[in-house]
Amino acid sequence: MDEGLKSELQKAGIFTTTLSDLYNWGRSNSLWPLQFGLACCAIEMIATSMSRYDLARFGAEVFRPSPRQADLMIVSGTVTKKMAPQVVRLYKQMPSPKYVIAMGACAISGGPFKQGYNVLKGIDRFIPVDVHIPGCPPRPEALLHAIMTLQRKITQDTLGYDRRKEEEAELVASLPVPEHGPKDLSPSKHDSIWHAAPSRKVRT
Amino acid sequence: MASGTPENPYLLLAVFAISALMMGLVPILLARLWTRWHRTARPDPVKHAVYECGLETAPYQWLPLKIEYYIYGIIFLVFDVEILFLLPIAAVYQDLPAGAIAGILVFVLLLMEGLAWAWAKGLLRWQFMQATNSGSQQSLVRSGAS
Repeated sequence: MDEGLKSELQKAGIFTTTLSDLYNWGRSNSLWPLQFGLACCAIEMIATSMSRYDLARFGAEVFRPSPRQADLMIVSGTVTKKMAPQVVRLYKQMPSPKYVIAMGACAISGGPFKQGYNVLKGIDRFIPVDVHIPGCPPRPEALLHAIMTLQRKITQDTLGYDRRKEEEAELVASLPVPEHGPKDLSPSKHDSIWHAAPSRKVRT
Repeated sequence: MASGTPENPYLLLAVFAISALMMGLVPILLARLWTRWHRTARPDPVKHAVYECGLETAPYQWLPLKIEYYIYGIIFLVFDVEILFLLPIAAVYQDLPAGAIAGILVFVLLLMEGLAWAWAKGLLRWQFMQATNSGSQQSLVRSGAS
């Protein structure tokens, strides 16, 4: 609908919207995060959901103890290689459409433990991440900003059948949960999800 | 026209019952339709697995627990309840009237009876459970104070 006409109508007290906008508005303001914390970032996440920062203002305060009821995964903290299969499995058990926020330096890249033998160098090696938050740990404001960024992303969502999105979901569903190999996780990353930037390539 | 009673006074109840039912059913049906139209179902063994906090599901979920644990549960309860009540009683024991002490004694004796029964059965003796073929087929009854 034409924006000018829309604002003209609004002046006359008539509010118009599309079904898609209404749907996205409802969905972006009722995110249900999965309730789990991995490290110190989880403390900041807890602080965000408490009264001082009040995540409830953004409708995302209903932390669910089961992936079946959650549509947002906040990976808050260091993902060890021991923990990674569990995180991926939980992600796979969430119903679509689902979103992931990688919170903190560890979740996005391994952070200060990047050189550690047992730390996954970013959860985006296994699951598609919508919003990355840098910081060690990020302040609650940063998490709020990530939620708002995600809400903006959801607002752009289409209502009907979207081939690209369906294919993406199909791909994610078909990827296996990594297993503990003799040295590393096997597979160590999902190539179709994680694309190494040139600067991130290992120098020999 | 002023609101009068309908011809059948039960009509209102029927309307009420139907609307109550609809309030529950319509959202569920709408959600079903919405899902069918909007998102294709993508079933997956991992997705459908029993939720165990992200851990791999145990291969066989209907594993029976040994019935003996029930006995230990009961015995634990005997000691637990006794401790729970005896500690506060001990704190005010000096000031208790005779009637209260008699009441406590009855209560403790009832619990003691359970303990005596367990003792007589030989249940206080910890026995290492032998794993049997089916796991749950061990008999509950034991022979005397073995």
